[in-house]
Amino acid sequence: MIEIRGLEKYFGALQVLKGIDLDVEKGEVLSVIGASGSGKSTLLYCINGLEPIQKGAVIVDGTDVHAKGTDINKLRQKLGMVFQQWNSFPHLTALENVALAPKIVKGKSRAEAQAIAESQLKHVGLGDKLNVYPGALSGGQQQRLAIARALAMEPTYMLFDEATSALDPELVGEVLDTMRLLAEEGMTMICVTHEMGFARDVSDRVAYFHQGVMEEIGPPEQIFGDAKSENTRKFLANVR
Amino acid sequence: MNETISFFSGFNVNDFWFMGEAALRTLWISALSISIGAVLGGLFGWLLHEGKLTATLTLAPVLDIFRSVPLIIQLVLFYNFAPIVGLDLDPFGSGVVILTIYTAALVANVARGGIEAVGKPMRRAARSLGMSYWQDMRYVVLPIGGRAVFPAWVGVALGVMKDSALVSVLGYVELLKASQILITRTQEPFLILSIAGAFYFALSFPVSRYAAKLEQRWAQ
Repeated sequence: MIEIRGLEKYFGALQVLKGIDLDVEKGEVLSVIGASGSGKSTLLYCINGLEPIQKGAVIVDGTDVHAKGTDINKLRQKLGMVFQQWNSFPHLTALENVALAPKIVKGKSRAEAQAIAESQLKHVGLGDKLNVYPGALSGGQQQRLAIARALAMEPTYMLFDEATSALDPELVGEVLDTMRLLAEEGMTMICVTHEMGFARDVSDRVAYFHQGVMEEIGPPEQIFGDAKSENTRKFLANVR
Repeated sequence: MNETISFFSGFNVNDFWFMGEAALRTLWISALSISIGAVLGGLFGWLLHEGKLTATLTLAPVLDIFRSVPLIIQLVLFYNFAPIVGLDLDPFGSGVVILTIYTAALVANVARGGIEAVGKPMRRAARSLGMSYWQDMRYVVLPIGGRAVFPAWVGVALGVMKDSALVSVLGYVELLKASQILITRTQEPFLILSIAGAFYFALSFPVSRYAAKLEQRWAQ
């Protein structure tokens, strides 16, 4: 379980998260929507400790992410993350991209790491691209490679930071399909997204962020059908 | 019968071997300085990148001096003044010290550029997989950044190899000094300098060809 308590985050004088309280249960799919600059991506960075926080706490399975004694590298193995830009390692083949972290972080043997990588690449539909370098893959394939790379660490949670925003429209579908597949398999997911169809169809809950505040959270039918907050309604009216 | 004593004699095979040995000395002093200098320069580059203010205030000005002052001045000053502080090195030792620091000063900026060529998003992606800072540096930053600045590093290495000719002013018999000795004896500057140039070419060309091949392979 991910517990977020009174989370505040500043970039210099600018406060981007203004006291967020949120629990994400295992097996849940939470979509986070909101305008650019509303703090939703920063929330993900704070959850896996890529950004320090100024106040509050993020607790993952009982461990405080930002506490001094926390082994953050170990904790991050539970928190797979997929970014807007796929950031595949250009000097490694698809197989090596996925096998790298299991090998050097988890200490798996080369053969074990490659077996994991192969199975995860097949999982995301890249079984025929094992020995291809990322430069020869499309954006959608590279993003699926990034998903496989994160899954290879056998995370408990997956954090998606606008995983389809940088893709050409025709490539969005294949990545969303992969995310749907993970949701169906019971993966706990927090998805920052602009894909309202995905948020409505796949999520258990949808959270709307507005200027650093979680304005509203609820089941998709409530958020999309009967939002309580005026800001949520305005935002949804604009993106539809 | 009058016998004349000749002060000068022609270029012969032994002279060619003499130049060959000198070329090996050029190779040796260059390889040593470039290797140690590259490691040191990598370390300095990392300090400049990570140390930010402290490194900018302390290390950067020192490296600037070594980058800006002509190598020949550095060599002469070091060779003549180092003994005052108890560093009594022979011409080879002095040459290695100065060429190493000079290489390190040039490589530092190349290395910093290499680290900075790997963007923050890429490094965050690596860290998000649970990699430690050093694993990220070793498995992501070094191979990606290293490839980005490899041509610049090769440029520095080839430059330093040619600049090693300046160690001749300290009396170390490398290729240029050997050529000067032979020119004095044979009075055949055109021939000898051509041979010396050919030796320098023979030392540099394989390096630049191999580098080009590596770059080509990485680009695939």
